[in-house]
Amino acid sequence: MAVSFKGGIHVKDNKITASCEAKPIMPCKEHIYPLVQHIGVPVSPVVKVGDTVKVGQKIADSDAFLSVPVHSSISGKVTAIKEHTHPSGARVDAIFVENDNLYTPIDNPRAIEDYSTLEPSELIGIIREAGIVGMGGAGFPTHVKLSPKEQPKYLIVNAAECEPYITSDHRRMVENPEDIIDGVHIVMHILGLKNAYIGIEKNKGECIDAMRKAARYDESISIITMKTKYPQGAEKVLVKTITGKNIPIAKLPADVGCIVINADTVYNISKAVRTGMPMTERIVTVSGDAIAEPDNFIVPFGVPISFLIDSAKGFKEEPKKVIIGGPMTGSSQFGLDAPIVKTSSAILAFANPPHVFEKDSPCIRCGRCVTHCPMQLVPYKLSHAAMNDDVDTALKYNVLDCMQCGVCSYVCPSRTNQMANIMNIKPAAISAFRKEQGNGK
Amino acid sequence: MENNLRVTTAPHVHTKSTITGIMRDVLIALLPATVMSVVYFGIRAVGIIVTAVLAAVLGEWLFEKILKKKNTAGDLSAAVTGLLLALNMPPTIPLWMVALGSLFAIIVVKQIFGGLGKNFMNPALGGRCFMLIAWAGAMTQFIEPCSVDAVSCATQLTIIKESMPSTLPSMFDAFIGRTAGCIGETSALALIIGFIYMLIRGIVSIRIPLAYILTFAVLTFFFGFNSSDMSMATFTLYQILSGGLLLGAFFMATDYVTTPITPNGKIIFGIGCGVLTFVIRRFGGYPEGVSFAIILMNLAAPIIEERTIPKPYGKM
Repeated sequence: MAVSFKGGIHVKDNKITASCEAKPIMPCKEHIYPLVQHIGVPVSPVVKVGDTVKVGQKIADSDAFLSVPVHSSISGKVTAIKEHTHPSGARVDAIFVENDNLYTPIDNPRAIEDYSTLEPSELIGIIREAGIVGMGGAGFPTHVKLSPKEQPKYLIVNAAECEPYITSDHRRMVENPEDIIDGVHIVMHILGLKNAYIGIEKNKGECIDAMRKAARYDESISIITMKTKYPQGAEKVLVKTITGKNIPIAKLPADVGCIVINADTVYNISKAVRTGMPMTERIVTVSGDAIAEPDNFIVPFGVPISFLIDSAKGFKEEPKKVIIGGPMTGSSQFGLDAPIVKTSSAILAFANPPHVFEKDSPCIRCGRCVTHCPMQLVPYKLSHAAMNDDVDTALKYNVLDCMQCGVCSYVCPSRTNQMANIMNIKPAAISAFRKEQGNGK
Repeated sequence: MENNLRVTTAPHVHTKSTITGIMRDVLIALLPATVMSVVYFGIRAVGIIVTAVLAAVLGEWLFEKILKKKNTAGDLSAAVTGLLLALNMPPTIPLWMVALGSLFAIIVVKQIFGGLGKNFMNPALGGRCFMLIAWAGAMTQFIEPCSVDAVSCATQLTIIKESMPSTLPSMFDAFIGRTAGCIGETSALALIIGFIYMLIRGIVSIRIPLAYILTFAVLTFFFGFNSSDMSMATFTLYQILSGGLLLGAFFMATDYVTTPITPNGKIIFGIGCGVLTFVIRRFGGYPEGVSFAIILMNLAAPIIEERTIPKPYGKM
């Protein structure tokens, strides 16, 4: 029996690459590593132009707690440190490395056989040094997530992958289920928990079977089947679906005793602890109707998306839209030079993308946004408040609960991009909220 | 590097629904009732429908052209208002009255208040009530269905209210619509088919109509004034099948703009309509109360909506 949540909407899942095994790509002659691949403080280079680097070598770091080092995924020479396009569209400093095609790894990685002898803090240190961030797309530093202030009660592994087209976690679960289970145990050890839940959407029957099989002698891990509905993978929704708890406004899952981690992040935790090597690659789905041969690839970080699209035999039709991420929340690209970063789960190219928000019709109060909002908000009121710069009304209707899933925009018949409007007023709303909290209201 | 990439903010996909698409679905849902209106009332019905729709669409087009606003006459919302008004007309109404009523609905009730999405009461009902007050006699003249010579006839409600049971149409006739009444309100069957279409297409929620009809039925069954010798159950059924209750509950009380957007608000709105319709029919001078009931509830809709805002996820 599949569990679910109130609201949301079933979006056509288009998981056309679900059965494509993740394959390696040809060597790329130049890799680009932006200094922002996580939520938090950007890191600074610890190498300079001309330095030789090896696979897994740290090339950027910071002293700030909310930061995660960047490592090279190839061996070669640092050729430049300059501004480059980031998948989000911003121009960010990046380290350019020329590939020597030798893939020489760093010396003496610290492989650990029995992690149970290590203190949680040591394991958390290993996770940070391995450069692990939330692989579901948010990029939150995992070592910070695993250091909650209070003892958590639930560990939830997010294997929903609710966005259409993306099959990165899907392949990870089918190809490396035992490593994921191993990672879950490591996290349980770090957090001092005896149980864990893995939530998988029903459309990934293959994954449910693979994970069930890998955890079949393990009573501490429960595989939970969830109804296929967007945005099941959003952490607030996932927590509610699996534990029944609501996360209070402007708070985190940790505040209701839950730690939510993406399945691929958990895989990388296992790999980092077992092999001692930092995270240097991920599975990326290349899909969409403009791509000649949609597929899943094992991609070392830093490969420009143009190279990756060539690996999928290029475009079969001229693309009118290229997106990094999923069609509901991904960033559409100006060009093809942005590199794959830690959080890039998919590249989608469309030959005939719909003209979604180009009409200018008034709101007819049809109520679909209210019916489908997974946070039980009234998006049309928030959108109107945003268009009038009315922070007070926005806060009155709980704008900070909005997690920008895009469902309200997706269903709106007057073709208003409500999510974009709400995103515009969020910064002002957040500072007003913080001021209110600061005044002890 | 030359490319034709389009860059927009997320989301990059959509359900493909549009306002015009929704209006088109409403017109399709009204098709059975429209067809039956022509079957029962012939050329008169055609005249009324064409006049009302044309007046509505042209009225909107002209108004927006004169005021140099963006022209929305093609988005089908005016056509829906025109058709709904037409279906609420008695068959012998002079066409010039229909035209004026339709213009009133579009220009005064809808456009002057801000156009689509901004009207505070249902435009078609606003037009109908304007006509009821301006031309009370013409608006309460009814004829027998399928009668070429316009043999005048009372509606079931009047028959029951004034205790003339011998001329009451059978329950079957009342269900398929072979009775006197406004051209679109008589055939329960046609209206129900249209309503089911709207439910399947996700155009309306069942809440308002269900709350409306159930409340009305319960009140009528227990407190209705039945001066005839039929059972209360039969009496209640006649009350439901006549007087535009089904047309009102399915198509007018479900208008998006003038009803609460919140799920619980819809239920309260429906209950309110049921209560008011019962009260007006039971105690008021008019044999039918649907139009006024819905308009009165339209006025209350904003406050009902405010009080029934769903509890957000993050509120403790």
